[in-house]
Amino acid sequence: MDQHVHNPAGAWPPGLTRIPFWVYRDADIARDEQTRVFEGPGWHYLCLEIDVPGIGDYRTTMMGGMPVVVARAEDGEVVAFENRCAHRGSLICLDDGGRVKDFHCVYHAWRYDLRGNLASIAFRRGVNGQGGMPDDFDMTRHGPRKLRVTMQCGLVFGTLSAETPDFESYIGHEVMVRLRRVVHKKVEVIGRFTQQLPCNWKLYMENVRDTYHASLLHTFFTTFKITRLSQGGGVMVSENGVAHASTTLAAAKGPDTTYAGLRADNQELKLRDPTFMNAVPEFDDNINLQILSIFPGFILQQIHNALAVRQIVPRGVDSMDLHWTYLGFADDTPELRAMRLKQANLAGPAGFVSMEDGAVGGFVQRGIAAADGESAIVEMGGSGAEGAETRATEASVRGFWKAWRAQMGI
Amino acid sequence: MLMEIAALNAASARALDSGKLEDWPGFFLDDCLYKVTTADNYEKGYQAGLIYADSKAMLADRVLALREANIYERQRYRHILGIPLIEAGPDGAVTAETSFLVVRTMRDGQMMVFATGVYLDTLKRDAGGGWRYAERIVVCDSQRIDTLLAIPL
Repeated sequence: MDQHVHNPAGAWPPGLTRIPFWVYRDADIARDEQTRVFEGPGWHYLCLEIDVPGIGDYRTTMMGGMPVVVARAEDGEVVAFENRCAHRGSLICLDDGGRVKDFHCVYHAWRYDLRGNLASIAFRRGVNGQGGMPDDFDMTRHGPRKLRVTMQCGLVFGTLSAETPDFESYIGHEVMVRLRRVVHKKVEVIGRFTQQLPCNWKLYMENVRDTYHASLLHTFFTTFKITRLSQGGGVMVSENGVAHASTTLAAAKGPDTTYAGLRADNQELKLRDPTFMNAVPEFDDNINLQILSIFPGFILQQIHNALAVRQIVPRGVDSMDLHWTYLGFADDTPELRAMRLKQANLAGPAGFVSMEDGAVGGFVQRGIAAADGESAIVEMGGSGAEGAETRATEASVRGFWKAWRAQMGI
Repeated sequence: MLMEIAALNAASARALDSGKLEDWPGFFLDDCLYKVTTADNYEKGYQAGLIYADSKAMLADRVLALREANIYERQRYRHILGIPLIEAGPDGAVTAETSFLVVRTMRDGQMMVFATGVYLDTLKRDAGGGWRYAERIVVCDSQRIDTLLAIPL
């Protein structure tokens, strides 16, 4: 136990099956999450490698609350640094991305090279022999914080911590295989959207890892047999709880009565244009759907042909941004691309199977407004955080808390 | 013609704002394209939409899903529409550009400017001679969507 972290409602309940509600509401927790989690010993998704294809290309992103610039340096290396001028703290880059020779802060024209090194200071020697910086001011000792960067399957991840293990050790071999399965060749961006969710960021990440809710909350999934817990599939969770991947296999033929009587089962619902569900086979297996997450804020989605990366950016205790990047592959056939555009209807802020996820975190946030002394129950499938051959479990949610508590020291 | 197209826009917006969602697909041709995107995506040429339907049947399916499948809090829209800027296109088609502002009111009375933007429409006459949307690209000014986009824009 680390007493540094503020705990307004007493000790954490023993084990991983209870989550005290104050963790979604406490401002001190949110502040500690920035230093311990988002600047802590984990890999954080920053952008796609194709966002910075050439020398001088940059893209701005976030690591929790910290603004970050990702750039491709003169030697072709992808680097990342805090988007904060060493002088007065202004943003260095003001746009989503672009191509530059070097970076200038607009405020006082301090200049940085493509790696974020302070390269020059306006009027450093003063004007007409007067003013200027002291002679002993050492530019090499001042600059924005630099991240370590790793490139995985065309995705750029960064970390501020020297203690972060190598990427595969961080997410585990099993999930690494699942990551490689989807992003196995050059991707292409086909859309970018931001969804602002009225909840603490952890509620969204738990929802992503919650294999139990999907077919119950999302009627569209169930009725059209896109996923049911009675379909094959399962969930894997890395040993440290950091990463998860859940899969759903193609539906078996014949009637299925597992959901008889539940709201989510509505056999009367028939699509007038069912061609929209005729996925184009593109992976060499029978996995219809795979959701993969890496703590704290990265999600990779494959729902049939709808591929997307989602990035979580907290905005205070009760709000967050979810940045969606819809993907195709550079070598998509016209038929496959057309199906991706149609199946993009399944996910995103207006997604048939995911619009509810945008709202349900807010339902919790509002529901727990006076419940700092109460706890959530996450006991489906036992008390552990190991993978399972079923999705009727909350193992992966418990895995999230295993990772969170390790990094937070709670 | 301007008045006819302005009237079509008004009728389509009324269907969405008054909860008569089932009437809404009827303002489109059977073979149509309806896409909700953002200015940033549109300028970059990104193909995907928040909502993407390439047939009237897909629009009807979205309405059906909103009625029967999807869960969202009770809400209503109010569309405020600008005057269509129209131009003659090939084969008797007309293109129209119409600004919109949508205020969303939630069940508890909370209101917000949910979306502003422009409809980029291509209109053709259907068999009955009335104007219908052959294409409606809804270009929202902001790429940020609050909570969820349930009712179409």
